[in-house]
Amino acid sequence: MLPRDLKAEQFAGYPPEARRLVVANLATLQQLPLSFVPSLLREAIDYDYKFPAERLVISRELATLSSLSAAQINDWFQGFSQVSISSKLEQSDWVGQPAVFVEQLSAYLWSTHQLDAFRKAATEYGDRSRSAVPPSPPPLPRLGIAIIGQGVVTYDAPLFRNLRAHGTYFDRIKPDGGVEILLKAAAVRAKAHPVPYGHWYIEGGQEADHSPSLTCVSYRALEPVRAALLRNMQSEINRPGMGPEELRTHLAQLMPADLGMDKAGDAVLNRFQVRLLTEGSGTQIFSTTFAQWTAREALRRAQPLTLLVRFGPRQRQRSMNELLSNSNTNLDFDLSGSLLDAEMGAYYNWINQQRLPGSEQSSFIVWFEGHGKALAIGPSLAKGTASNSVADLNEVLSWAIG
Amino acid sequence: MSASPFVRGAAAARKRKVIVITFGGGARDQETFAPEGQENIPHLLQELAPRSSFFTQVVNEGILGHYVATASLATGVYETINNFSSLPPEHPTVFEYFRKDLKRPSSDAWVVAPSNGFNRIGESEYRSFGPGMGARVVLPKHLLTAAMSGSTTDYEHLLRDNYETPLYAPQLAGNEFELQQLETILKLSVDDFKAHASTLSSPDELSMYVARQLMRQEAPSLLWITMHDIDVAHAGAYSLYIEGIRRTDRLCAELWKTVQSEPEYAGNTTLFILPDFGRDSDEDSGGNGFQHHRTGDPASRTTWMMALGAGVREGVVYDHPMQSTDLVPTLGAMMGFSPSLAQGRPIQDLL
Repeated sequence: MLPRDLKAEQFAGYPPEARRLVVANLATLQQLPLSFVPSLLREAIDYDYKFPAERLVISRELATLSSLSAAQINDWFQGFSQVSISSKLEQSDWVGQPAVFVEQLSAYLWSTHQLDAFRKAATEYGDRSRSAVPPSPPPLPRLGIAIIGQGVVTYDAPLFRNLRAHGTYFDRIKPDGGVEILLKAAAVRAKAHPVPYGHWYIEGGQEADHSPSLTCVSYRALEPVRAALLRNMQSEINRPGMGPEELRTHLAQLMPADLGMDKAGDAVLNRFQVRLLTEGSGTQIFSTTFAQWTAREALRRAQPLTLLVRFGPRQRQRSMNELLSNSNTNLDFDLSGSLLDAEMGAYYNWINQQRLPGSEQSSFIVWFEGHGKALAIGPSLAKGTASNSVADLNEVLSWAIG
Repeated sequence: MSASPFVRGAAAARKRKVIVITFGGGARDQETFAPEGQENIPHLLQELAPRSSFFTQVVNEGILGHYVATASLATGVYETINNFSSLPPEHPTVFEYFRKDLKRPSSDAWVVAPSNGFNRIGESEYRSFGPGMGARVVLPKHLLTAAMSGSTTDYEHLLRDNYETPLYAPQLAGNEFELQQLETILKLSVDDFKAHASTLSSPDELSMYVARQLMRQEAPSLLWITMHDIDVAHAGAYSLYIEGIRRTDRLCAELWKTVQSEPEYAGNTTLFILPDFGRDSDEDSGGNGFQHHRTGDPASRTTWMMALGAGVREGVVYDHPMQSTDLVPTLGAMMGFSPSLAQGRPIQDLL
């Protein structure tokens, strides 16, 4: 089936808001190429469980597409139209299971050497779409905070190497009460600008006391969910005919209730957390990976105004079978390795924050927990410099925000 | 009376040996040969690179999965087999060309490979080549599993597997065939093998131990070693990725020392070292930096290669691009076989 054959009743299985959205834009979807439409449906089908920022992006994208003339559609989608699709893919249930289609399309593009052409078409489309409707600036300049090195007593090698060129390095910070200071600063912003899912606290270990105004995702709090997922995976892996691709498809279909999450909880956040564990590679076993990936996904999807990420220590590397079986409860932590993971994770947090609208006004702080080393990036802070000022984290925050 | 030049020439060609080390876990320039990464590769940089012809732009235009990319390196054709299935390459491998054209026995071409899936890398099913014409394949982790008779508790750190799909870790299997390899080919008793394995810290160390043992006992003319530790990057822990690079750096230097010290190899061996491809760049929003190689961006497609030893000019850096598929035709030109179905071209700088 091709997009031109789409009918409203084919979306009966979609959640209500997603169905309404797609049906309202059916005439537009019918004009688009098959190499493109399932990717859009993959986002739309989860519309009911998307963050507000994502909903806005999807609605705007559909509105933009609806405003295009037939000639403009031909022009915009020329690259996608030139991608050939196998008849097997064409006949698959890409309306009901767009995510499965997209995964299979990816494998097909690799094997037919069309990935580069598809990538070019996607990049050009993204650029056009953004210039047609430039994203709105955030209501408040964004602030990213990364706290790294929890539990590390001494570390003498240089830190924040990737970030130094972008900000000011401090090595005489007063570390007392640092976690509380930074969490309080996040809470103050959340209270002053109460945007739904706008202010986040991601914890790679045991969460500290924090304001309920922050959206919190914690590695420790998700322990029962992770354990349920690992049990589920073990049981699937042992099934005849199971392979990596089949397992991936199975995981993509898991819902919060399948992993014992509270049905009365926040449905949007619960879905988000399940996706972190079922789509993220390594998030199930390494807390540093979990924290970094959660930050990436929160920034990409929720576009928060405030994001505080505290990296925790991760367990030492063991064999993958042992890690996945979750059998050894006496965990041995790799503190210095976790510090390096988190240092890179903080760099990625900053990169991902800078991909969002308003990046020129954004600020970012990374602090070596319990120690005097920090780095701050902000519109009014010098780049590539070091400061020997004695200061607490409140002062660094105020300098970074400007 | 001494032999004629023709006889001496034939003997020299027969003695020529090639070892290829690939990293089945791409490594980015910024963690290896770029200035900020050089601290991770002291051995490659200071000991091997000055003796090598170094190619700064090896481009892989195929599928960026480790098994299929290794198969592409070994056939000289961008293979399209399913990366996660246990399938042979679709085109003849370098081992088949080598053995068929030069009439070499199976003991003269060996592959030391890391894991499940790679057990089919030794030969294709291509008509007129295929079964019985390829390399013998040894999977050290399977050897160890067989030697342990199922009880692997003390050796779990040597059996790490399937980084590319960290959510899927099938059980390793070892059987009588592996045990026979251990005793009849590697000339190792189960007890000696277990005792030595207990001193090692990673699967690649185990692979190198087995490779060295093969060099001593079988002295194959064509030896292909695929390393895998670096691919722990898929689990997202940067420190473990760096640790993998540093270990691989050390193991490459150790293997080069073995080449120098083994009479069968010293002076007549060319060593190739190359990652199978790179990893995603930090800047590509479709990826997650070092963790994967899924975007197909230039950083994930481009890597480096060094060649050193017999017949190779030392201390030369080549910046012009070459393809991953150029390796097999180059080996053919060096060793005297004709990889007729390979798509790449011989690298003239090495001939």
